[in-house]
Amino acid sequence: MKSTEEIHQILETSAFKKIVSLRWLVCLSLTALMLVVYLGFIFAVAFAKDFLAIKIGLHVNIGLVLGVGIIVFTWLLTGIYVYWANNHYDKMIREIKKQC
Amino acid sequence: MNLLQIQTTLGQTEPVSVIMFFLFVAITLYITYWAAKKTRTTSEFYAAGRSITGFQNGLALAGDYMSAASFLGIAGMVAMKGYDGLIYSIGFLVGWPIITFLIAEPLRNLGKYTFADVLAYRLNQKPIRIAASIGTLLTITFYLIAQMVGAGSLIKTLFPFLSYEIAVIIVGCVMIAYVLFGGMLATTWVQIIKAVLLLGGATILVIMTLLEFGFSPVELFNQAAEKYTDTVLSAGSYVSNPFDAVSLGLALMLGTAGLPHILMRFYTVPDAKAARTSVFIATGFIGYFYILTFIIGFGAMVLVGQENIGTFDKGGNMAALLLSENVGGSIFLGFIAAVAFATILAVVAGLTLSGATAISHDLYVNVFKKGKSDEAGEVKVAKRATLALGIFAILLGLIFKGQNVAFMVGLAFAIAASANFPSLLLSILWKGLTTKGTTASIVVGAFSAILLIILSPTIMVDILKYETAIFPLKNPAMISIPASFLTAWIVSLGSRESEAEAKFEREKLRSYLGVGAE
Repeated sequence: MKSTEEIHQILETSAFKKIVSLRWLVCLSLTALMLVVYLGFIFAVAFAKDFLAIKIGLHVNIGLVLGVGIIVFTWLLTGIYVYWANNHYDKMIREIKKQC
Repeated sequence: MNLLQIQTTLGQTEPVSVIMFFLFVAITLYITYWAAKKTRTTSEFYAAGRSITGFQNGLALAGDYMSAASFLGIAGMVAMKGYDGLIYSIGFLVGWPIITFLIAEPLRNLGKYTFADVLAYRLNQKPIRIAASIGTLLTITFYLIAQMVGAGSLIKTLFPFLSYEIAVIIVGCVMIAYVLFGGMLATTWVQIIKAVLLLGGATILVIMTLLEFGFSPVELFNQAAEKYTDTVLSAGSYVSNPFDAVSLGLALMLGTAGLPHILMRFYTVPDAKAARTSVFIATGFIGYFYILTFIIGFGAMVLVGQENIGTFDKGGNMAALLLSENVGGSIFLGFIAAVAFATILAVVAGLTLSGATAISHDLYVNVFKKGKSDEAGEVKVAKRATLALGIFAILLGLIFKGQNVAFMVGLAFAIAASANFPSLLLSILWKGLTTKGTTASIVVGAFSAILLIILSPTIMVDILKYETAIFPLKNPAMISIPASFLTAWIVSLGSRESEAEAKFEREKLRSYLGVGAE
């Protein structure tokens, strides 16, 4: 382990700063996507009732598919993040930690 | 099928459910006995010695979150109102990605046992801990009231030989035993067993229901639409006012990311990677569970009938139980009833442990003792706090008997979303956050949520029977969340702390690299 002074210098490196800003770019984009999809769904339910009531089967309509779809989407979105973090983010973090 | 009257053993004593329930209590108390031997230090009492794997914690998170209210309540809402129940349940799921993206990893790396650890990391301990404890204890209290009253009423229906009071006392005592002796390790395993039972029971119920429809959910929806017209397959009264729907949606979404008993679970895993895995697992199981409750609700609507469900309970809370008897007979009803009871026990145990941790770790050690306390002393205080909170929970259950407490879950989520979530998120993301800003944000968030719900139609019209309410929305989150963020921002700008800003740079080492994380 290096001294706090040296570690502080590592934190000042552009490599570390790049990882931090990439992390928040990914995290905040995914958060925004989730918010837009969920609030979009609520507004669709409120203002686009006719669209959601369009039947795609004998009785099953678009709203039903969309509702169940959002549950699956929520899980997939979480999965995408976990995949990215496990395979890319952690690797970059390990590189930085080697220097410490 | 007879539409007007059904034969049911619901409301009679079913030996199977009694045996199943005692079996559950016996097994979980044995686990508590095993866990007690491994629960000596603070890290063991609060965080199971950080020995839980990501997968186990995922199941335990799901167990903590899937309350009897969401199993019986949402299935009932779907049975009585159809599609509206699905919209409602989605709100409970969409907070989980937010926890994954924004909260889980920095929380795990920066904190020790409570989310207040994260806030206090670079700010002034005393005011921060006091404010965070207020946010935690208010959330927990309202959540506990809803759970205890629900437990009493449910058990009275399932086990008619027990009175409401006895039921509340039994739930309280068993839950105290789990937490007091087994700490987080026992609580975690109770959650895991409960999650497996609930997911397994609901899956069997769905399979047995779908067998009646040639194993086709589409056929189930078709028959529902033919019986009760197409309206059950589209949105009804739930979004009559879109602002109400958005406000409740925000409370559920961001409140999930501010629930103290959920946040505390991230400290039971060894590192940030395991924390990340556990939210993914939890989100999958919870999403799967809501799809199951949707099918269970429609199954009850078609097979039992709305008229029959309504005779037991207007809100439809007995729908899942009536359906289980319809497709699996009284033995299966007994099984599902016991699972519902086990569910309540697990949820109140999680709530009590996180409340007790706020009292002992945040208030006693870091405020009262100024951080100077020995292990044995802290565990002793944590156990006393558990006992006190357990008795408090029993009293709440007795005091609120027969009251309309359904709104308290919405209130608990609104407080978590307005008091806990903004300060936690800002402390992770914003360098300029100050002690005064955080304290003010928590206080404004918590009390504006409470004040606005008192002035809302939820209390003024539904409970106090006024003609109209002063505040138009049923849930305060749409106002109280922005109020809390705005307070944090304005007060922080007016009270800059150069020391906190310097520490923010330094905490990056821990927050991103996990160096020095406990």
